[in-house]
Amino acid sequence: MTPLFDLDLLLTGTYHDWLVAGLITSLSLTGISLALALPLAILIALIRLSPVKVLQWSGFAFVEAIRNVPLLAHMLFWYFGAPELLPTALREWLYARNIEATSAIIALTLYTAAYMSEDVRSGIRSIPGQQFEAARALGFSFVASMRLVVLPQALRVTIPPLISQTLNLWKDTSIATVIGVAELMYQAAKVESASFRSFEAFAFASACYLGMSLLITGAAGWYQGRFPVRAA
Amino acid sequence: MIDLIDTYWLYFLVGQYPHGPLGGLALTLILAVLGLLFAFPLGLVFGIARVSPWRCVRWPVSALIQVVRGTPLLMVIFWAYFFLPSLTGQNTDQFWTMLTALVVFDAAYLAEIIRAGIQGIGKGQTESARSLGFSYLDAMRLVILPQVVRNMLPSLVNQFVATIKETSLGYIIGLTEVSFIATQINTQVLTKPAEVYLLLGLTYFILCFGLSRFAFWLERHHQQRTLAKAHA
Repeated sequence: MTPLFDLDLLLTGTYHDWLVAGLITSLSLTGISLALALPLAILIALIRLSPVKVLQWSGFAFVEAIRNVPLLAHMLFWYFGAPELLPTALREWLYARNIEATSAIIALTLYTAAYMSEDVRSGIRSIPGQQFEAARALGFSFVASMRLVVLPQALRVTIPPLISQTLNLWKDTSIATVIGVAELMYQAAKVESASFRSFEAFAFASACYLGMSLLITGAAGWYQGRFPVRAA
Repeated sequence: MIDLIDTYWLYFLVGQYPHGPLGGLALTLILAVLGLLFAFPLGLVFGIARVSPWRCVRWPVSALIQVVRGTPLLMVIFWAYFFLPSLTGQNTDQFWTMLTALVVFDAAYLAEIIRAGIQGIGKGQTESARSLGFSYLDAMRLVILPQVVRNMLPSLVNQFVATIKETSLGYIIGLTEVSFIATQINTQVLTKPAEVYLLLGLTYFILCFGLSRFAFWLERHHQQRTLAKAHA
């Protein structure tokens, strides 16, 4: 007789291995996308704040074009659509590798960077303009005064919203299941269809998502306690 | 691209309707409108419960909101898809499954908007209403909430944009909303995936960008009115 909730199924055996492999894939998707999205977000924020009108507009267009389309549509485009636009040789090279994960990472990175760039931008704008002017007056270039004077101060205000964007990124990785990346949600569905133990499989996935989310929320709380925003 | 639009525009907009079930962009919009409409009263109740002076109300609702906000929408959809039928005793179709998931998910997010709104009103308002003899619930209903709802109008429009984007996840349970229809068109045409998915993205963009600009306008309009009042 099988018990109502078969905990052993989750702790040992093939199904356990599948689920853990899925969890690791989800975590790697989050890690890689975060590492790529952060510098991109800072770059876009700087472009939007640059004194050149054309750059400002292209930054705005990029952010709005990405934020106003669901992540699922991004994933579908990068997985089904974009490879067709590549030259044949490059396409075959890609298909021989992990095209699913690559498309997912591109979509997640762009999507997250668009949101993060808005947080970075408002962080930079919260630093009084005189800081930037003083740096310029002392002979720093635009890039140097940003890098050495404004950004270090802005980062302190920006970290909490960036952490909450990371939480969104973690939850968004689940959408990669649609294009067949073997992440946590995909593996849970696979276990469900192989064993018909849907409750156990989804409970495992939910617990992982929730646990990681609580850790990230906890990190944000810790940061705000440790480094409170100083009055300017 | 023109002949693509020429052949499939009706299918894209309404699915197989009137020869089959309604789908496409129309279904996306109906789902988003109904989702927000049903989520609003639930979110209102949750939001009020979140700031309730009674712990036995505040704690369970806070826990529920934390759980929903810590899980991806896809997970909520999976739970609804696999367990609604056993809960209600009858087969739930994709539309109601998706709507249920959307309502639960959105209510948790709306509750936080409403909670922030209530806390932003200021204690003085509740205290004056209470000292004038209003009961707690009357003070909420007649004094606090009318102000909260007016202030949150821009957030509501933004939540509607988020809901439109969320409906795309109905794709995974085979709901014939616009992303699913786009994939159907893609499998019929076969040779133009990039164009099909670009058109899909463009459709979402026009809808969501227009709405978020409207929210932005509402917010500025509201700010100006508040400023004008302060000067008068």
